[in-house]
Amino acid sequence: MKRYLTNPKFLRSALPAASLLVLLAAIFYIQPRAMSQFGMNLMLQYAVPIALATIAQMFIITVNDLDLSIGPFVGLTACIGATLLNTNPLLGVLALLACIAAYAALGALIHWRNLPSIVVTLGMSFVWLGIAVLVLPTPGGTAPDWVKAIMSFKVPGIPFPLIAAAIIAVVVHFALMRTSYGAVLRGAGGNPKAIGRAGWSLLKTKMIMYAAAGFFGVLAGLSLIGLTSAADAHIADRYTLYSIAGVILGGGEFVGGRVSPTGAVLGALTLTLTGSFLIFLKISPDWQIGAQGGILILVLALRALINRREAQA
Amino acid sequence: MTTTQIVNFEAVAKSFGAVRALVDVDMQVVAGECLGLVGHNGAGKSTLMNVLAGTLSADTGVIGIHGQNLTRHYNVAVAHDHGIRCVFQELSLCPNLTVAENARIFHASLKGFGWKKRAGKMIIDKLDEIFPQHGIQADDVVGDLTIGRRQMVEISRAFTVSDEPLHLVILDEPTSSLDVVAARQLLSFVRKVVSEGQSCILISHMLAEILDYSDRILVMKDGEVVEEKLAQEYDRDSLVAAMGNVVESEAIEAHEENIKIRGKTPLVVKAVPRTQTGGIEFCAHKGEIVGLAGLASNGQKRMLLQVFSAADRHLNDTRVEGPVALVAGDRQTDGIFHLWSIGQNVGVRSLKNMVKGWLIGRDQEDAMASKWQAKIKIKTPDMNNNILSLSGGNQQKALFARALGSDAEIVLMDDPMRGVDVGTKLEVYDQIRKEAEEGRTFLWYTTEMDELFNCDHVYVFRNGQIVSELSRSELTEEKILQSSFKESA
Repeated sequence: MKRYLTNPKFLRSALPAASLLVLLAAIFYIQPRAMSQFGMNLMLQYAVPIALATIAQMFIITVNDLDLSIGPFVGLTACIGATLLNTNPLLGVLALLACIAAYAALGALIHWRNLPSIVVTLGMSFVWLGIAVLVLPTPGGTAPDWVKAIMSFKVPGIPFPLIAAAIIAVVVHFALMRTSYGAVLRGAGGNPKAIGRAGWSLLKTKMIMYAAAGFFGVLAGLSLIGLTSAADAHIADRYTLYSIAGVILGGGEFVGGRVSPTGAVLGALTLTLTGSFLIFLKISPDWQIGAQGGILILVLALRALINRREAQA
Repeated sequence: MTTTQIVNFEAVAKSFGAVRALVDVDMQVVAGECLGLVGHNGAGKSTLMNVLAGTLSADTGVIGIHGQNLTRHYNVAVAHDHGIRCVFQELSLCPNLTVAENARIFHASLKGFGWKKRAGKMIIDKLDEIFPQHGIQADDVVGDLTIGRRQMVEISRAFTVSDEPLHLVILDEPTSSLDVVAARQLLSFVRKVVSEGQSCILISHMLAEILDYSDRILVMKDGEVVEEKLAQEYDRDSLVAAMGNVVESEAIEAHEENIKIRGKTPLVVKAVPRTQTGGIEFCAHKGEIVGLAGLASNGQKRMLLQVFSAADRHLNDTRVEGPVALVAGDRQTDGIFHLWSIGQNVGVRSLKNMVKGWLIGRDQEDAMASKWQAKIKIKTPDMNNNILSLSGGNQQKALFARALGSDAEIVLMDDPMRGVDVGTKLEVYDQIRKEAEEGRTFLWYTTEMDELFNCDHVYVFRNGQIVSELSRSELTEEKILQSSFKESA
């Protein structure tokens, strides 16, 4: 048993959950009143959109790319959700579908022209932001009532964000890790040449992964306005880095198709909680981003340590 | 036994730029035979197999499969549909997936409910059949397996059958990372499969395997099939002789005349390969051209890098006296700076001597560029042009100029002449010999036999070890081949 528990492979897969639990324990130690359903709801309410954006980023990272536009993209979908979707639902749905299609087209372009995804998505981030400002020039708008209703759903005893996070993790885990085509999609990140040689279309895998990222980006935007009930073009600018950090915290790697949906969701929860943790520590907001970075470095250093032990074994 | 023809290649040719990788190759494979394919590095074996597997398309020639002419539109999918599978030399498994998932990638029909179980059973059954006691689980992640086990998975996967036919499996160096037991298991399995009417093409550098397990042997050299006989008509020596080529170059004969006596000049490099267990030490004396021979990637490059890293720091196992420069073999990744001019590419190793105040002296850089343009004949109107405006051979010359123009007393060469035309080669050989006479030392890793005859002393590498050393007067192609290939396994 002890041998199993100190096995690097087990440690690596347990790290995302362990870091979340350690952080939660620290929060409860500093602020015991947070240990209530209300407290948890409050601390974790923004975990849902962050987890959805992290899953979107994870799809892109699975095929060895990186999406630097997911933050502004979530902002755009939030703006569409708070304006068009409310006033003219059909047009709103069409606009959101067009956003997903645009993501699939980006995937196709990146594969077809063999472009670096970082450059393409960095450029696109300004495009998304520009459209968002056109859609909603000043902060405002109203979220559709059904979106607000979903996000304020209450289950007695368990905080809603935890239920939502569990559903997201299970659904994505099943789709990506358990289905037979999911294996092909992940293989396209592990050894694209081998996938091509076995007769699969790499263009198709890329387009599917980008479309999935676009879909989860839309969900992130809608869940965000469900919480805030209004939108702003800059509402989710920080999500780009949050989502990347969440995937990596969750045990994913930038190249090689090694990702974990459960880990990514746990990573997103951890990131959300670090914000509350730092507030409870009474660290001034000016220092919060730096402190969040510090926690990130700590966890990643631990993982590097485990990986090194694994390499020695 | 039937004699159904599976593959019929007629005059298949393939060129990469100026290099003719395949020259009018004819090849036939019938059902129920194992065809052995041998040849030295770069003889065209892998190119030929890539054409057959559909991953490369032939320039000219006829590709016939099962009596159908499929020359047009021949690709991986068509090969797969006709039951032709290939185990490639570089592994084509996805390291992030499990063994079962990798089997699934190979078989499009493995889907729907319970696919993981079916895929796992299929691959494990085949592993059990070929390599009993393999110790691999269906849910092991491939990246966590040892290289030998990965190869077992890859080989077994090629023999699994779902709803597509299986007629021919190409095994390109299948035993290179298998141990002796597993290699024998595989080869016995190949004989069994062949006796059941399927066919194999076996490529191996271990001649004993080819001699013992194939029915017919095809010998390739310089992109051509030079001999084709039944396996029992060969023995080890006649096979080596068929693979070899005779060197008849005047320049080399001239070099032969002034064979130097070793040890007259001081020792400048002394090292033991890190993977060496006892035996021969690697030594180079001032003014010597020392060759590193053997089959590709058997530790020669590692040796060069070991010497390179010892140049500016103290290492226990390596002693290097004097500054070192490296001439890269893989120009595009290790050699040139793509965005720089030719002159800048030549000068980068000597920047220290060009510094004027805090800046690089343009005059000195230009002077060095034009000096070496004349000396090594780089064909360009202007050394300020971008390096990519040069042909491959001239880019390589610029890299030589970078090393030769520097203060380095020891020049390491990492098979730099790959894909360079003969004219350029001869010019560079001359330059190297001239520099060696003036006291420079060259460590030259080459996969081309002819180039070794420019060397004063040759070390033969196999599996990261130096297995023999030959002075210039002892050097023959046969001796190098004999020690490059493993003694009969």
